Amino acid sequence: MAEYQDVIMAGFGGQGVMLIGNLLAQAAMEHGLEVSFIPVYGAEMRGGTANCTVVLDSRPIGSPLVREPLSTIVLNEPSLDKFQPRLRKDGVQIVNASLIREELVDKKLRSVCIPANDMAHELGNVKLANMVALGAWLRATGALPLTAVQEALRRVVSAHYARLIPVNAQALEAGYNFARRAAGQEA
Amino acid sequence: MNASQKERVLIKGNEAVAFGAVDAGCRCYFGYPITPQNEIPEALSVLLPENGGAFVQAESEVAASNMLLGAAACGIPAMTSSSGCGISLMQEAISYMAGSHVPGVIVNMQRGGPGLGDIGPSQGDYFQAVKGGGHGDHRNLVLAPATAQECYDLMFRAFALAFKYANPVMVLGDAIVGQIKEPVRREPPKDALRPEAVMALAKDWRLEGYGGRGEGAAPRLLKSVYLAEGALAGRNRLLMEKYAAMRAECAFEQTDTNDAELIVVAFGSIARIARSAIRRLRADGRKLGLFRPVTLYPFPAEALRALAPGRRFLVMEQNTGQMVEDVLLALNGAAAVSWHGVMPGLFIGADDLTEPILRALKEKKQ
Repeated sequence: MAEYQDVIMAGFGGQGVMLIGNLLAQAAMEHGLEVSFIPVYGAEMRGGTANCTVVLDSRPIGSPLVREPLSTIVLNEPSLDKFQPRLRKDGVQIVNASLIREELVDKKLRSVCIPANDMAHELGNVKLANMVALGAWLRATGALPLTAVQEALRRVVSAHYARLIPVNAQALEAGYNFARRAAGQEA
Repeated sequence: MNASQKERVLIKGNEAVAFGAVDAGCRCYFGYPITPQNEIPEALSVLLPENGGAFVQAESEVAASNMLLGAAACGIPAMTSSSGCGISLMQEAISYMAGSHVPGVIVNMQRGGPGLGDIGPSQGDYFQAVKGGGHGDHRNLVLAPATAQECYDLMFRAFALAFKYANPVMVLGDAIVGQIKEPVRREPPKDALRPEAVMALAKDWRLEGYGGRGEGAAPRLLKSVYLAEGALAGRNRLLMEKYAAMRAECAFEQTDTNDAELIVVAFGSIARIARSAIRRLRADGRKLGLFRPVTLYPFPAEALRALAPGRRFLVMEQNTGQMVEDVLLALNGAAAVSWHGVMPGLFIGADDLTEPILRALKEKKQ
Protein backbone atom coordinates (compact mmCIF):
# COMPACT_ATOMS: atom_id res chain seq x y z
CA MET A 1 0.00 0.00 0.00
CA ALA A 2 1.26 3.44 -0.90
CA GLU A 3 2.65 5.48 2.01
CA TYR A 4 1.01 8.70 0.87
CA GLN A 5 -1.80 9.33 -1.61
CA ASP A 6 -3.92 12.29 -2.55
CA VAL A 7 -6.86 12.70 -4.92
CA ILE A 8 -9.01 15.54 -6.21
CA MET A 9 -12.51 14.41 -7.16
CA ALA A 10 -14.53 16.73 -9.37
CA GLY A 11 -17.78 16.84 -11.28
CA PHE A 12 -21.10 18.63 -11.66
CA GLY A 13 -22.97 19.37 -8.46
CA GLY A 14 -25.18 16.28 -8.02
CA GLN A 15 -22.78 13.72 -9.52
CA GLY A 16 -21.85 12.68 -6.01
CA VAL A 17 -18.20 13.66 -5.71
CA MET A 18 -18.70 14.68 -2.06
CA LEU A 19 -20.24 11.28 -1.33
CA ILE A 20 -17.33 9.29 -2.76
CA GLY A 21 -14.88 11.66 -1.05
CA ASN A 22 -16.57 11.03 2.28
CA LEU A 23 -16.74 7.30 1.60
CA LEU A 24 -13.04 7.07 0.79
CA ALA A 25 -12.12 9.10 3.88
CA GLN A 26 -14.33 6.98 6.15
CA ALA A 27 -12.88 3.76 4.70
CA ALA A 28 -9.32 5.04 5.12
CA MET A 29 -9.97 5.96 8.75
CA GLU A 30 -11.47 2.54 9.47
CA HIS A 31 -8.46 0.99 7.78
CA GLY A 32 -6.24 2.69 10.37
CA LEU A 33 -4.84 5.46 8.16
CA GLU A 34 -4.66 9.18 8.79
CA VAL A 35 -6.94 11.00 6.38
CA SER A 36 -8.37 14.42 5.56
CA PHE A 37 -11.35 15.36 3.40
CA ILE A 38 -12.04 18.91 2.38
CA PRO A 39 -14.77 20.20 0.07
CA VAL A 40 -14.11 23.22 -2.09
CA TYR A 41 -17.32 25.10 -2.26
CA GLY A 42 -18.31 28.57 -3.28
CA ALA A 43 -19.51 30.42 -6.30
CA GLU A 44 -18.37 27.65 -8.63
CA MET A 45 -20.85 25.29 -6.98
CA ARG A 46 -23.76 27.22 -8.46
CA GLY A 47 -22.37 27.35 -11.97
CA GLY A 48 -20.61 24.13 -12.73
CA THR A 49 -18.18 21.99 -10.84
CA ALA A 50 -17.91 20.82 -7.26
CA ASN A 51 -14.73 19.24 -5.99
CA CYS A 52 -13.15 17.79 -2.91
CA THR A 53 -9.67 16.66 -1.92
CA VAL A 54 -8.84 13.54 0.08
CA VAL A 55 -5.35 12.94 1.48
CA LEU A 56 -4.31 9.55 2.91
CA ASP A 57 -1.13 8.93 4.86
CA SER A 58 0.32 6.76 7.59
CA ARG A 59 1.47 9.96 9.33
CA PRO A 60 -0.69 12.89 10.52
CA ILE A 61 -1.85 14.94 7.55
CA GLY A 62 -0.27 18.36 7.09
CA SER A 63 -1.76 20.07 4.07
CA PRO A 64 -5.31 18.92 3.26
CA LEU A 65 -5.12 20.66 -0.11
CA VAL A 66 -2.81 19.98 -3.06
CA ARG A 67 -2.09 22.11 -6.10
CA GLU A 68 -0.59 19.24 -8.11
CA PRO A 69 -2.44 16.06 -7.16
CA LEU A 70 -1.09 12.52 -7.48
CA SER A 71 -4.47 11.43 -8.78
CA THR A 72 -7.84 12.79 -9.87
CA ILE A 73 -11.33 11.52 -10.57
CA VAL A 74 -12.95 13.75 -13.18
CA LEU A 75 -16.60 13.15 -13.96
CA ASN A 76 -17.23 15.92 -16.50
CA GLU A 77 -15.37 18.06 -19.07
CA PRO A 78 -15.11 21.28 -17.01
CA SER A 79 -13.38 19.20 -14.31
CA LEU A 80 -10.96 17.70 -16.84
CA ASP A 81 -10.18 21.21 -18.13
CA LYS A 82 -9.44 22.41 -14.65
CA PHE A 83 -7.50 19.51 -13.16
CA GLN A 84 -5.77 17.66 -16.03
CA PRO A 85 -3.12 20.42 -16.37
CA ARG A 86 -2.44 20.19 -12.63
CA LEU A 87 -2.05 16.39 -12.45
CA ARG A 88 1.47 15.30 -11.56
CA LYS A 89 3.38 13.76 -14.46
CA ASP A 90 3.67 10.49 -12.50
CA GLY A 91 0.00 10.67 -11.48
CA VAL A 92 -3.13 8.94 -12.71
CA GLN A 93 -6.54 10.29 -13.65
CA ILE A 94 -9.85 8.45 -13.73
CA VAL A 95 -11.79 9.96 -16.63
CA ASN A 96 -15.55 9.54 -17.06
CA ALA A 97 -15.55 8.54 -20.75
CA SER A 98 -19.37 8.69 -20.87
CA LEU A 99 -19.27 12.50 -20.65
CA ILE A 100 -15.70 13.43 -21.63
CA ARG A 101 -14.51 13.31 -25.24
CA GLU A 102 -11.50 11.07 -25.73
CA GLU A 103 -9.59 13.67 -27.77
CA LEU A 104 -9.45 15.96 -24.73
CA VAL A 105 -7.49 13.42 -22.69
CA ASP A 106 -3.74 14.13 -22.57
CA LYS A 107 -2.06 11.01 -24.00
CA LYS A 108 1.16 11.72 -22.08
CA LEU A 109 -0.63 11.15 -18.79
CA ARG A 110 -1.65 7.84 -17.28
CA SER A 111 -5.45 7.75 -17.57
CA VAL A 112 -8.16 5.21 -16.97
CA CYS A 113 -10.99 6.20 -19.32
CA ILE A 114 -14.07 4.48 -17.98
CA PRO A 115 -17.66 4.86 -19.28
CA ALA A 116 -18.93 5.38 -15.75
CA ASN A 117 -22.41 6.63 -16.63
CA ASP A 118 -23.03 3.79 -19.10
CA MET A 119 -21.81 1.16 -16.66
CA ALA A 120 -23.96 2.72 -13.92
CA HIS A 121 -26.95 2.66 -16.27
CA GLU A 122 -26.38 -1.06 -16.86
CA LEU A 123 -26.41 -1.56 -13.10
CA GLY A 124 -29.83 0.08 -13.04
CA ASN A 125 -29.10 3.61 -11.84
CA VAL A 126 -27.01 6.30 -13.54
CA LYS A 127 -26.40 7.89 -10.12
CA LEU A 128 -23.94 5.06 -9.42
CA ALA A 129 -21.39 6.57 -11.85
CA ASN A 130 -19.46 8.08 -8.93
CA MET A 131 -19.06 4.63 -7.32
CA VAL A 132 -17.94 3.08 -10.62
CA ALA A 133 -15.27 5.79 -10.91
CA LEU A 134 -14.12 5.35 -7.30
CA GLY A 135 -13.83 1.59 -7.88
CA ALA A 136 -11.55 2.25 -10.86
CA TRP A 137 -9.49 4.67 -8.75
CA LEU A 138 -9.01 2.04 -6.03
CA ARG A 139 -7.57 -0.40 -8.58
CA ALA A 140 -5.46 2.21 -10.37
CA THR A 141 -3.82 3.56 -7.20
CA GLY A 142 -3.89 0.53 -4.90
CA ALA A 143 -4.45 3.00 -2.06
CA LEU A 144 -7.05 0.91 -0.22
CA PRO A 145 -8.59 -2.55 -0.65
CA LEU A 146 -11.94 -2.61 -2.48
CA THR A 147 -13.52 -4.49 0.43
CA ALA A 148 -12.53 -1.75 2.92
CA VAL A 149 -14.49 0.79 0.89
CA GLN A 150 -17.47 -1.52 0.33
CA GLU A 151 -17.53 -2.19 4.06
CA ALA A 152 -17.55 1.55 4.87
CA LEU A 153 -20.69 2.15 2.75
CA ARG A 154 -22.83 1.25 5.74
CA ARG A 155 -21.43 4.19 7.73
CA VAL A 156 -21.71 6.76 4.92
CA VAL A 157 -25.03 5.94 3.25
CA SER A 158 -27.94 7.14 5.42
CA ALA A 159 -30.38 4.58 6.84
CA HIS A 160 -33.04 5.88 4.45
CA TYR A 161 -31.01 4.58 1.49
CA ALA A 162 -29.66 1.43 3.15
CA ARG A 163 -31.41 -0.75 0.54
CA LEU A 164 -29.11 0.76 -2.10
CA ILE A 165 -25.89 -0.38 -0.37
CA PRO A 166 -25.58 -3.71 -2.27
CA VAL A 167 -25.89 -2.04 -5.70
CA ASN A 168 -23.36 0.64 -4.64
CA ALA A 169 -20.96 -2.14 -3.65
CA GLN A 170 -21.54 -3.75 -7.06
CA ALA A 171 -20.81 -0.46 -8.80
CA LEU A 172 -17.51 -0.13 -6.92
CA GLU A 173 -16.59 -3.66 -7.97
CA ALA A 174 -17.56 -3.07 -11.60
CA GLY A 175 -15.27 -0.03 -11.75
CA TYR A 176 -12.50 -1.91 -9.99
CA ASN A 177 -12.71 -4.80 -12.47
CA PHE A 178 -12.80 -2.43 -15.44
CA ALA A 179 -9.54 -0.81 -14.28
CA ARG A 180 -7.98 -4.23 -13.72
CA ARG A 181 -8.80 -5.27 -17.30
CA ALA A 182 -7.52 -1.90 -18.58
CA ALA A 183 -4.26 -2.44 -16.69
CA GLY A 184 -3.98 -5.89 -18.26
CA GLN A 185 -4.26 -4.36 -21.73
CA GLU A 186 -1.58 -1.76 -20.88
CA ALA A 187 0.79 -4.56 -19.92
CA MET B 1 -9.30 -2.64 13.15
CA ASN B 2 -8.21 -2.26 16.78
CA ALA B 3 -10.28 -0.75 19.56
CA SER B 4 -8.72 2.72 19.49
CA GLN B 5 -9.34 3.08 15.75
CA LYS B 6 -13.01 2.21 16.30
CA GLU B 7 -13.27 5.21 18.61
CA ARG B 8 -12.34 7.67 15.88
CA VAL B 9 -15.16 9.50 14.13
CA LEU B 10 -14.83 11.36 10.84
CA ILE B 11 -16.19 14.86 11.47
CA LYS B 12 -15.64 18.45 10.37
CA GLY B 13 -13.64 20.88 12.49
CA ASN B 14 -16.88 22.80 13.04
CA GLU B 15 -18.62 19.66 14.33
CA ALA B 16 -15.61 18.95 16.55
CA VAL B 17 -16.05 22.43 18.09
CA ALA B 18 -19.67 21.54 18.88
CA PHE B 19 -18.82 18.13 20.40
CA GLY B 20 -15.93 19.65 22.36
CA ALA B 21 -18.14 22.44 23.70
CA VAL B 22 -20.83 20.07 24.93
CA ASP B 23 -18.32 17.64 26.46
CA ALA B 24 -16.55 20.56 28.18
CA GLY B 25 -19.82 21.54 29.85
CA CYS B 26 -21.23 24.25 27.58
CA ARG B 27 -24.89 24.77 28.51
CA CYS B 28 -26.01 27.56 26.19
CA TYR B 29 -25.38 28.60 22.59
CA PHE B 30 -26.57 31.82 20.98
CA GLY B 31 -25.77 32.55 17.36
CA TYR B 32 -26.77 33.71 13.93
CA PRO B 33 -25.87 31.77 10.75
CA ILE B 34 -22.90 32.62 8.54
CA THR B 35 -20.63 30.52 6.30
CA PRO B 36 -18.13 28.86 6.90
CA GLN B 37 -19.12 27.99 10.50
CA ASN B 38 -22.74 26.85 10.12
CA GLU B 39 -22.04 23.26 11.17
CA ILE B 40 -21.34 24.59 14.70
CA PRO B 41 -24.90 25.84 15.34
CA GLU B 42 -26.32 22.98 13.26
CA ALA B 43 -24.68 20.38 15.51
CA LEU B 44 -25.35 22.28 18.75
CA SER B 45 -29.04 22.72 17.89
CA VAL B 46 -29.28 18.94 18.37
CA LEU B 47 -26.57 18.29 20.98
CA LEU B 48 -27.46 20.99 23.52
CA PRO B 49 -31.16 20.13 23.98
CA GLU B 50 -30.15 16.44 24.21
CA ASN B 51 -27.77 17.31 27.04
CA GLY B 52 -30.08 19.58 29.01
CA GLY B 53 -28.75 22.81 27.52
CA ALA B 54 -30.31 25.57 25.46
CA PHE B 55 -29.84 26.56 21.82
CA VAL B 56 -31.06 29.93 20.58
CA GLN B 57 -30.88 31.22 17.04
CA ALA B 58 -30.85 34.93 17.75
CA GLU B 59 -32.19 37.67 15.49
CA SER B 60 -28.68 39.04 14.91
CA GLU B 61 -25.07 38.74 16.05
CA VAL B 62 -25.56 41.79 18.27
CA ALA B 63 -28.37 40.00 20.08
CA ALA B 64 -26.50 36.68 20.24
CA SER B 65 -23.42 38.24 21.83
CA ASN B 66 -25.49 40.10 24.44
CA MET B 67 -27.35 36.88 25.28
CA LEU B 68 -23.92 35.32 25.81
CA LEU B 69 -22.98 38.22 28.12
CA GLY B 70 -26.12 37.56 30.15
CA ALA B 71 -25.70 33.81 30.45
CA ALA B 72 -22.00 34.07 31.29
CA ALA B 73 -22.71 36.71 33.96
CA CYS B 74 -24.80 34.02 35.67
CA GLY B 75 -21.79 31.71 35.67
CA ILE B 76 -23.20 29.48 32.92
CA PRO B 77 -20.65 28.03 30.47
CA ALA B 78 -21.98 29.52 27.23
CA MET B 79 -20.72 30.35 23.77
CA THR B 80 -21.39 31.90 20.41
CA SER B 81 -19.73 31.47 17.02
CA SER B 82 -19.55 33.43 13.81
CA SER B 83 -17.22 34.63 11.08
CA GLY B 84 -16.09 37.84 9.41
CA CYS B 85 -18.62 40.65 9.71
CA GLY B 86 -20.58 38.65 12.30
CA ILE B 87 -17.63 38.79 14.70
CA SER B 88 -17.31 42.53 14.09
CA LEU B 89 -20.93 42.98 15.16
CA MET B 90 -20.15 41.17 18.45
CA GLN B 91 -17.28 43.42 19.47
CA GLU B 92 -19.36 45.73 21.66
CA ALA B 93 -20.54 42.85 23.84
CA ILE B 94 -17.05 41.32 23.93
CA SER B 95 -15.68 44.61 25.27
CA TYR B 96 -18.46 44.67 27.90
CA MET B 97 -17.57 41.07 28.92
CA ALA B 98 -13.92 42.02 29.31
CA GLY B 99 -14.79 45.18 31.23
CA SER B 100 -17.18 43.33 33.55
CA HIS B 101 -14.98 40.25 34.21
CA VAL B 102 -17.42 37.91 32.44
CA PRO B 103 -16.34 34.65 30.78
CA GLY B 104 -17.70 34.17 27.26
CA VAL B 105 -16.41 31.75 24.63
CA ILE B 106 -16.51 33.07 21.07
CA VAL B 107 -15.52 30.94 18.08
CA ASN B 108 -14.43 32.77 14.91
CA MET B 109 -14.05 30.55 11.83
CA GLN B 110 -12.46 33.29 9.78
CA ARG B 111 -13.51 34.01 6.20
CA GLY B 112 -11.97 36.36 3.68
CA GLY B 113 -12.35 40.10 4.30
CA PRO B 114 -12.43 43.03 4.70
CA GLY B 115 -16.12 43.86 4.45
CA LEU B 116 -18.32 41.02 3.24
CA GLY B 117 -15.21 39.49 1.59
CA ASP B 118 -15.77 35.87 0.57
CA ILE B 119 -16.30 32.49 2.23
CA GLY B 120 -12.76 31.20 1.63
CA PRO B 121 -10.07 30.78 4.27
CA SER B 122 -8.32 33.77 5.85
CA GLN B 123 -6.32 34.73 8.93
CA GLY B 124 -7.19 38.38 8.51
CA ASP B 125 -8.90 38.70 11.92
CA TYR B 126 -5.62 38.11 13.81
CA PHE B 127 -5.31 41.73 14.94
CA GLN B 128 -8.99 41.95 15.83
CA ALA B 129 -8.70 38.81 17.99
CA VAL B 130 -5.37 39.38 19.76
CA LYS B 131 -5.40 43.15 20.19
CA GLY B 132 -8.83 43.23 21.83
CA GLY B 133 -11.14 43.93 18.92
CA GLY B 134 -13.69 45.99 20.76
CA HIS B 135 -13.37 49.48 22.21
CA GLY B 136 -11.30 50.33 25.27
CA ASP B 137 -8.31 48.53 26.69
CA HIS B 138 -9.15 44.87 26.65
CA ARG B 139 -7.64 41.56 25.68
CA ASN B 140 -9.12 38.18 24.77
CA LEU B 141 -7.38 34.91 25.40
CA VAL B 142 -7.02 33.54 21.86
CA LEU B 143 -6.62 29.85 20.96
CA ALA B 144 -5.78 28.76 17.39
CA PRO B 145 -6.65 25.16 16.42
CA ALA B 146 -5.00 23.61 13.35
CA THR B 147 -6.81 20.25 13.17
CA ALA B 148 -10.29 18.91 13.80
CA GLN B 149 -8.96 17.06 16.86
CA GLU B 150 -7.58 20.32 18.21
CA CYS B 151 -10.96 22.00 17.59
CA TYR B 152 -12.39 19.42 19.99
CA ASP B 153 -9.58 19.57 22.55
CA LEU B 154 -9.24 23.35 22.71
CA MET B 155 -12.90 23.86 23.60
CA PHE B 156 -12.10 22.36 27.01
CA ARG B 157 -9.28 24.85 27.48
CA ALA B 158 -11.46 27.68 26.19
CA PHE B 159 -14.12 27.19 28.88
CA ALA B 160 -11.56 26.52 31.63
CA LEU B 161 -9.58 29.68 30.81
CA ALA B 162 -12.70 31.83 30.38
CA PHE B 163 -13.83 30.88 33.89
CA LYS B 164 -10.36 30.92 35.46
CA TYR B 165 -9.80 34.54 34.36
CA ALA B 166 -13.45 35.65 34.04
CA ASN B 167 -12.54 36.93 30.60
CA PRO B 168 -13.66 36.38 27.01
CA VAL B 169 -11.84 33.60 25.15
CA MET B 170 -11.77 33.53 21.38
CA VAL B 171 -11.15 30.31 19.42
CA LEU B 172 -9.71 31.49 16.12
CA GLY B 173 -10.05 29.01 13.26
CA ASP B 174 -10.69 29.57 9.56
CA ALA B 175 -12.62 28.10 6.63
CA ILE B 176 -10.10 25.25 6.26
CA VAL B 177 -10.03 24.32 9.95
CA GLY B 178 -13.84 24.49 10.08
CA GLN B 179 -14.56 22.61 6.86
CA ILE B 180 -11.90 19.89 7.00
CA LYS B 181 -13.13 16.41 7.92
CA GLU B 182 -10.67 14.33 9.91
CA PRO B 183 -10.71 11.45 12.39
CA VAL B 184 -11.43 12.78 15.88
CA ARG B 185 -11.30 10.93 19.19
CA ARG B 186 -14.14 12.20 21.34
CA GLU B 187 -12.46 11.93 24.72
CA PRO B 188 -11.59 14.83 27.03
CA PRO B 189 -7.89 15.82 27.08
CA LYS B 190 -6.09 14.37 30.10
CA ASP B 191 -5.58 17.77 31.75
CA ALA B 192 -9.18 18.93 31.16
CA LEU B 193 -11.18 20.35 34.07
CA ARG B 194 -14.48 18.62 34.71
CA PRO B 195 -17.52 20.79 33.86
CA GLU B 196 -18.47 21.07 37.57
CA ALA B 197 -14.97 22.32 38.37
CA VAL B 198 -15.27 24.94 35.60
CA MET B 199 -18.61 26.16 36.95
CA ALA B 200 -17.25 26.23 40.52
CA LEU B 201 -14.72 28.87 39.41
CA ALA B 202 -17.65 31.29 39.15
CA LYS B 203 -19.03 30.73 42.65
CA ASP B 204 -17.68 34.00 44.09
CA TRP B 205 -19.06 36.35 41.47
CA ARG B 206 -21.86 34.78 39.43
CA LEU B 207 -25.28 36.42 39.51
CA GLU B 208 -27.57 33.88 41.18
CA GLY B 209 -29.87 35.86 43.46
CA TYR B 210 -29.11 34.75 47.00
CA GLY B 211 -27.96 31.46 45.54
CA GLY B 212 -26.81 29.13 48.28
CA ARG B 213 -25.69 32.10 50.38
CA GLY B 214 -28.88 32.57 52.33
CA GLU B 215 -31.44 35.36 52.47
CA GLY B 216 -29.96 38.80 52.98
CA ALA B 217 -26.61 37.93 51.42
CA ALA B 218 -24.78 40.88 49.88
CA PRO B 219 -25.95 41.70 46.36
CA ARG B 220 -23.56 41.12 43.51
CA LEU B 221 -22.97 43.51 40.65
CA LEU B 222 -21.09 42.96 37.39
CA LYS B 223 -20.51 46.17 35.45
CA SER B 224 -18.10 47.93 33.15
CA VAL B 225 -19.07 51.53 33.95
CA TYR B 226 -16.87 53.34 36.50
CA LEU B 227 -17.66 57.05 36.63
CA ALA B 228 -16.24 58.05 40.02
CA GLU B 229 -12.93 59.87 39.96
CA GLY B 230 -10.08 57.38 39.71
CA ALA B 231 -12.41 54.36 39.64
CA LEU B 232 -11.81 53.49 36.00
CA ALA B 233 -8.06 53.85 36.46
CA GLY B 234 -8.25 51.26 39.25
CA ARG B 235 -10.36 49.01 37.09
CA ASN B 236 -7.89 49.15 34.24
CA ARG B 237 -4.98 48.48 36.61
CA LEU B 238 -6.80 45.36 37.77
CA LEU B 239 -7.40 44.25 34.17
CA MET B 240 -3.75 44.86 33.35
CA GLU B 241 -2.68 42.60 36.23
CA LYS B 242 -5.06 39.94 34.94
CA TYR B 243 -3.60 40.11 31.44
CA ALA B 244 -0.09 39.82 32.92
CA ALA B 245 -1.16 36.70 34.85
CA MET B 246 -2.45 35.14 31.61
CA ARG B 247 1.13 34.87 30.38
CA ALA B 248 1.27 31.59 32.30
CA GLU B 249 -1.10 30.12 29.71
CA CYS B 250 1.24 30.43 26.69
CA ALA B 251 1.06 27.30 24.54
CA PHE B 252 2.89 26.40 21.35
CA GLU B 253 4.15 23.44 19.33
CA GLN B 254 7.61 23.19 17.82
CA THR B 255 8.72 20.67 15.22
CA ASP B 256 12.30 20.01 14.05
CA THR B 257 13.55 23.26 15.56
CA ASN B 258 16.74 21.79 17.13
CA ASP B 259 18.86 21.64 13.99
CA ALA B 260 16.93 24.28 12.04
CA GLU B 261 18.65 27.25 10.39
CA LEU B 262 15.30 28.72 9.40
CA ILE B 263 12.18 28.42 11.52
CA VAL B 264 8.77 28.98 9.98
CA VAL B 265 6.35 30.68 12.38
CA ALA B 266 2.74 30.01 11.45
CA PHE B 267 -0.59 29.27 13.16
CA GLY B 268 -3.80 27.40 12.36
CA SER B 269 -4.32 25.98 8.88
CA ILE B 270 -1.27 27.71 7.39
CA ALA B 271 0.91 26.03 10.05
CA ARG B 272 -0.22 22.54 9.04
CA ILE B 273 0.18 23.32 5.34
CA ALA B 274 3.67 24.69 6.07
CA ARG B 275 4.45 21.48 7.98
CA SER B 276 3.89 19.48 4.76
CA ALA B 277 6.17 21.84 2.82
CA ILE B 278 8.84 21.63 5.55
CA ARG B 279 8.62 17.83 5.67
CA ARG B 280 9.19 17.69 1.92
CA LEU B 281 12.13 20.12 2.02
CA ARG B 282 13.74 18.42 5.03
CA ALA B 283 13.74 15.20 3.01
CA ASP B 284 16.06 17.09 0.63
CA GLY B 285 18.35 17.96 3.55
CA ARG B 286 17.15 21.51 4.23
CA LYS B 287 17.47 22.53 7.86
CA LEU B 288 13.96 23.79 8.57
CA GLY B 289 11.73 23.85 11.62
CA LEU B 290 8.22 24.96 12.54
CA PHE B 291 7.05 27.04 15.49
CA ARG B 292 3.27 27.08 15.88
CA PRO B 293 1.70 29.32 18.52
CA VAL B 294 -1.42 27.64 19.94
CA THR B 295 -2.21 30.66 22.11
CA LEU B 296 -2.09 33.80 19.98
CA TYR B 297 -2.80 35.90 23.06
CA PRO B 298 -0.80 35.52 25.19
CA PHE B 299 1.75 35.20 22.39
CA PRO B 300 4.50 32.66 23.26
CA ALA B 301 7.19 35.31 22.95
CA GLU B 302 9.69 33.87 25.43
CA ALA B 303 9.70 30.44 23.80
CA LEU B 304 10.27 32.05 20.42
CA ARG B 305 13.06 34.27 21.76
CA ALA B 306 14.80 31.22 23.23
CA LEU B 307 15.14 29.84 19.68
CA ALA B 308 16.67 33.05 18.27
CA PRO B 309 20.44 32.48 18.63
CA GLY B 310 21.93 31.47 15.28
CA ARG B 311 18.58 31.20 13.53
CA ARG B 312 16.40 33.09 11.07
CA PHE B 313 12.63 33.23 11.06
CA LEU B 314 10.02 33.22 8.32
CA VAL B 315 6.47 34.21 9.26
CA MET B 316 3.77 32.69 7.03
CA GLU B 317 0.17 33.76 7.46
CA GLN B 318 -2.96 34.15 5.36
CA ASN B 319 -3.30 37.92 5.55
CA THR B 320 -1.39 41.03 4.53
CA GLY B 321 0.95 41.04 7.54
CA GLN B 322 -0.31 40.80 11.13
CA MET B 323 1.31 38.10 13.33
CA VAL B 324 4.68 39.17 11.90
CA GLU B 325 4.41 42.25 14.13
CA ASP B 326 4.15 40.08 17.26
CA VAL B 327 7.08 37.96 16.07
CA LEU B 328 9.19 41.11 15.55
CA LEU B 329 8.22 42.35 19.01
CA ALA B 330 9.03 38.97 20.56
CA LEU B 331 12.45 38.70 18.92
CA ASN B 332 13.21 42.41 19.40
CA GLY B 333 16.08 42.31 16.93
CA ALA B 334 17.60 39.06 18.23
CA ALA B 335 17.18 37.37 14.83
CA ALA B 336 16.32 38.29 11.25
CA VAL B 337 12.64 37.90 10.30
CA SER B 338 11.13 37.65 6.85
CA TRP B 339 7.49 37.32 5.92
CA HIS B 340 5.31 35.55 3.35
CA GLY B 341 1.64 36.37 3.07
CA VAL B 342 -1.00 34.22 1.41
CA MET B 343 -3.86 36.40 0.28
CA PRO B 344 -7.22 35.88 2.04
CA GLY B 345 -9.73 33.79 0.11
CA LEU B 346 -7.16 31.50 -1.55
CA PHE B 347 -7.15 27.72 -1.09
CA ILE B 348 -3.49 26.75 -1.09
CA GLY B 349 -1.46 23.55 -0.72
CA ALA B 350 2.05 22.74 0.45
CA ASP B 351 3.31 23.29 -3.15
CA ASP B 352 2.46 26.98 -2.76
CA LEU B 353 4.68 27.37 0.31
CA THR B 354 7.84 25.49 -0.76
CA GLU B 355 9.03 28.30 -3.09
CA PRO B 356 8.76 31.10 -0.50
CA ILE B 357 10.54 28.90 2.07
CA LEU B 358 13.38 28.17 -0.38
CA ARG B 359 13.63 31.90 -1.16
CA ALA B 360 13.96 32.74 2.54
CA LEU B 361 16.63 30.04 2.95
CA LYS B 362 18.64 31.58 0.08
CA GLU B 363 18.42 35.07 1.63
CA LYS B 364 20.25 33.69 4.60
CA LYS B 365 23.18 32.47 2.57
CA GLN B 366 23.72 35.87 0.98
